[in-house]
Amino acid sequence: MRIPISALVGMVFTGAFFLAAIFAPLIAPYGMAEIVGGVWDPASEAHWLGTDAIGRDLLSRMIYGGQTTIFVASAATVLSFTLGSVLGFSAAVAGGWTDQGLSRLVDLVMAIPALILALVVLSVLPVTLTVLILVMGLLDSTRVFRLARAVAVDITVMDYVEAARLRGEGWGWIIFREILPNALSPLVAELGLRFIFAVLFISTLSFLGLGVQPPLADWGGIVKENASGLVYGIPAALIPAFAIAALAISVNLVADWVLSRTTSLKGGRG
Amino acid sequence: MTDQLDRMVAAAKAGRISRREFVGRTTALGVSAALASALFTKAAHAQPKKGGLIRMGMQGGESTNSLDPALAASPVPFAINMSWGEMLVDVGATGELQMRLAEEVSANADATEWQFKIRQGVEFHNGKTVTAEDVVATLRRHTDEKSQSGALGIVQGITEMSASGDMVTLKLASGNADLPFLMADYHLVIQPNGGVDNPTEGVGAGPYKVVVHEPGIRHGFEKFANYWDPDLGHADQTEILVINDGTARTSAVQSGQVHMINRVDPKIAELLTRAPGVQVKNVPSRGHYVFIMHCDKAPFDNNDLRMALKLSINRQEMVDKILNGLGSIGNDFPINAAYPLFDDSIPQREYDPAAAAEHYKKSGHDGSPIILRVAQGAFPGAVEAAQLFQQSAMAAGIPLEIKREPDDGYWSNVWNVEPFCASYWGGRPVQDQMYSTAYLSSSDWNDTRFKNARFDELLLAARAELNGDTRKANYAEMANILRDEGGLILPMFNDFVEAVRDEIQGWEADPVQEMMNGRAHARCWLA
Amino acid sequence: MHPVLTLVVQRIALGLLLLFAVSAVIFLGVAALPGDTAQAILGQSATPQALANLRAEMGLDQPALTRYFNWLGGILTGDLGTSLSNRTDIATAIGQRLGNTLFLAAWAAVISVPLAILLGLVAARYNGRWPDKLISGVTLSTISLPEFVVGYLVLYFLAVKWQLFPSVAMVFPGMGIMERLNAVILPVIVLVLVVLAHMMRMTRAAILNVMQSAYIETAELKGLSPMRVIWRHAFPNAVAPVVNVVMLNLAYLVVGVVVVEVVFVYPGMGQYLVDHVAKRDLPVVQAVGLIFAAVYIGLNIMADVISILANPRLRHPK
Repeated sequence: MRIPISALVGMVFTGAFFLAAIFAPLIAPYGMAEIVGGVWDPASEAHWLGTDAIGRDLLSRMIYGGQTTIFVASAATVLSFTLGSVLGFSAAVAGGWTDQGLSRLVDLVMAIPALILALVVLSVLPVTLTVLILVMGLLDSTRVFRLARAVAVDITVMDYVEAARLRGEGWGWIIFREILPNALSPLVAELGLRFIFAVLFISTLSFLGLGVQPPLADWGGIVKENASGLVYGIPAALIPAFAIAALAISVNLVADWVLSRTTSLKGGRG
Repeated sequence: MTDQLDRMVAAAKAGRISRREFVGRTTALGVSAALASALFTKAAHAQPKKGGLIRMGMQGGESTNSLDPALAASPVPFAINMSWGEMLVDVGATGELQMRLAEEVSANADATEWQFKIRQGVEFHNGKTVTAEDVVATLRRHTDEKSQSGALGIVQGITEMSASGDMVTLKLASGNADLPFLMADYHLVIQPNGGVDNPTEGVGAGPYKVVVHEPGIRHGFEKFANYWDPDLGHADQTEILVINDGTARTSAVQSGQVHMINRVDPKIAELLTRAPGVQVKNVPSRGHYVFIMHCDKAPFDNNDLRMALKLSINRQEMVDKILNGLGSIGNDFPINAAYPLFDDSIPQREYDPAAAAEHYKKSGHDGSPIILRVAQGAFPGAVEAAQLFQQSAMAAGIPLEIKREPDDGYWSNVWNVEPFCASYWGGRPVQDQMYSTAYLSSSDWNDTRFKNARFDELLLAARAELNGDTRKANYAEMANILRDEGGLILPMFNDFVEAVRDEIQGWEADPVQEMMNGRAHARCWLA
Repeated sequence: MHPVLTLVVQRIALGLLLLFAVSAVIFLGVAALPGDTAQAILGQSATPQALANLRAEMGLDQPALTRYFNWLGGILTGDLGTSLSNRTDIATAIGQRLGNTLFLAAWAAVISVPLAILLGLVAARYNGRWPDKLISGVTLSTISLPEFVVGYLVLYFLAVKWQLFPSVAMVFPGMGIMERLNAVILPVIVLVLVVLAHMMRMTRAAILNVMQSAYIETAELKGLSPMRVIWRHAFPNAVAPVVNVVMLNLAYLVVGVVVVEVVFVYPGMGQYLVDHVAKRDLPVVQAVGLIFAAVYIGLNIMADVISILANPRLRHPK
């Protein structure tokens, strides 16, 4: 099996980001909260990326921030996909009132402004990373549900699904053997994008007070902390923004490759 | 030489250099000091040009804002009040009382009865003449049992008010030598019949009439043709654009869409000065950023713990990093040199981790993290300041845990509720008002739950005292009490940092409130 | 009645019920939030007396249930009521803001949706080759920068540095259409950059998914050009996921653009809602919440109907 260069690049970067996240305390040159310099010091021997708005080493903050960002975004994406696609497929296969009930419930959750939802959650639940992941995962799962159901509805009317039903196969068999392989491609594409949205959403919620607590910050949060310097080209604002873009592109390069693999897996013309 | 002198004069006209700098540089060119000073005066007070449209871009407006002056609580509504409204008096840039709708103020010997002589022939925007009755009706609306006014606390001490002819008489429950200063509060704009009939009408006696009122978007004004004071309101039209985002505000002033903006992020002040056509102005103010502890709640009910926290904050670092040097260090009492009767002999508290550790040990605290609540909106840079505090306290062995709260609801759910949080205070015109507002035992806004009988006694004595030296001595003793026993950690006083385009003339430093006490658009003119 | 029509009628009826449920949920949620309208309006320096007076005047001393039913009664008779915080007529204020929001959303949608689908088709046609990589790379970078970063960069370069367009996108009643267009150009650019990638990536993925089917092979064997195969044969069968993603992004353009509004000082619904949530101004929050909910519910119905119409097997169920 030959892996295309773009996928290789994607995997190397994604891998590097994940490794840096896992081994953050070992490789970060300074503490995450340690004040070691002046405001927005430029890059130097001691601080490869310079310092942030209150004089902390930017590289160290990026490494620790990457840990939070990647962990929370991955967990939320996995949750939203598992929940959203399983429920979406079930709704499509079951049809009738099960479908109607689930779909309208999703409409309801989507229709409540996220700001209000977040504030309500904040006022009744403790602020922990678990709650952050749950909120992000649940909100996103409604979007995944809509997509999964729409794709699955198209598939359930195919002859081979009819045939499977007539053979008396159970739901599980239909969902995992018939629908999932044929719906994988749009779902994988969605997964890549949902991951990006999750990365960006963390800092939105954190700034509401729901999520990452200072001195810890995710990448989006680091951009925000230094936002006023952005248009003056201050690295502390630009570098985390570029890091998010780099992560997003590498994850999606991998997703593209998986996507091309899945389309060929399905058979057809190999 | 004349070239250089011309350039210098132009700079003085544009307000780019101070008198001292001007005199220094021109005398170096061979001009006599007296002539230099006269030249500066002439240049700096060039005849204002009339006409044109001045636009201010301001942070601090919401789509929920109303024209009712009693409900103003953020920067934009404040500036709106200052555009169409006029109070009895103003506080000037050097802390002096300026007569506005009142022409004369006098008091009896123990300052329990005050008389204001109302200026004659002043018109409201609806053509009605301003009378003593209007003044009384206005004050009554703000002091009324049913009042919703932000100034209710300020005017509560008035027990009786009456109008006769052009005189307004106010009787107080106890003497207050500073009463006239209270009348400068921006909620107390005089309205026809006190605004009782229609509080949101926006009709007053100020330099500008309201023509556009789109809350949270923009507010447009037109010069009131019959305005009484020729020295105010030079532009024909003014506009306040609500621009809440910092970068959007600096972009607007850089691209010339507005002439001046408030609240430049101190961090970018220096970077912004490099932009062509824009000057950054910073004015030392009375406003301060604070961390407040409830003196009656554990663990803050222990003075050693309070002292440990006060000693473990690095004030200079805060001023350098949070204010980028545009401010001054605080000393754990809410008064600085901008106030009259300030005592500069009170020793400055320094960052002393060793002493802090000692106090911390003495307090017997169990070493569990002390929770400090903070929100972005508590003051600009509050979350960052809390993190600096956490680090400097850690060096003294004191564990702080920061809890970020949403801006939403911060002032009702956290401030004045939780025992340890970040907050800010704008300045007040006089010491009495600052202390009475937040540190008197019985005050509604005693956000540090500071109760000290000696302090209260000194404050009330000073209030009725007309002898300046005695008052100053009282205030100094109060400052010392608060500094050593209070729940206030005051690391810094902030400057007002504003940006003004070159075509704006007549800009002056005014420490009372931001944007030249809310009247930058009325006091300045277009070149 | 045609089954699709039946479905639409049924969904609209359910939609109305859902709106009712949403209003109840929002009311309960906001009413349960800590924080208080009077305190929020009068700010840090209000006295307890002033707060109590304001509460009484706003009717906040009544039980929550009474207030909800009063509000509901108003809505059913077409009266949105007045704002608690500044006593303005909610319908007028919302009318203006909603108009602005729809104006901005419409321009962003008119540009981004066809562009995204076109780019998706091109990317699918050149799958794995440089046009595909270029399109994906560029759109993914713009989507993965936080919105305000894209906004600041656009602001800096187009408004401050090159001074091509106004930095402040303020629109107001009585403005000419050309002036209005000039004002919204920058926010439209940012919104297009923000929504492009999602729709483009989904178009590409959905088409690649159906390209494996037997009927595509047949079409190709007929000797049709690749672009024609994609457009005529593959795309109609890839509609369901694409249309769902398009609807999600349209909904975002209407309800989710508060950051862009703030950066460009655009008077839309987003900031209006945020301001009123901060002031716990329930009648306004309720009204805006209903409109936003209606947008989601309406767009979801449209997405489902289009998916059915696009698929012959669903259009004519056995």
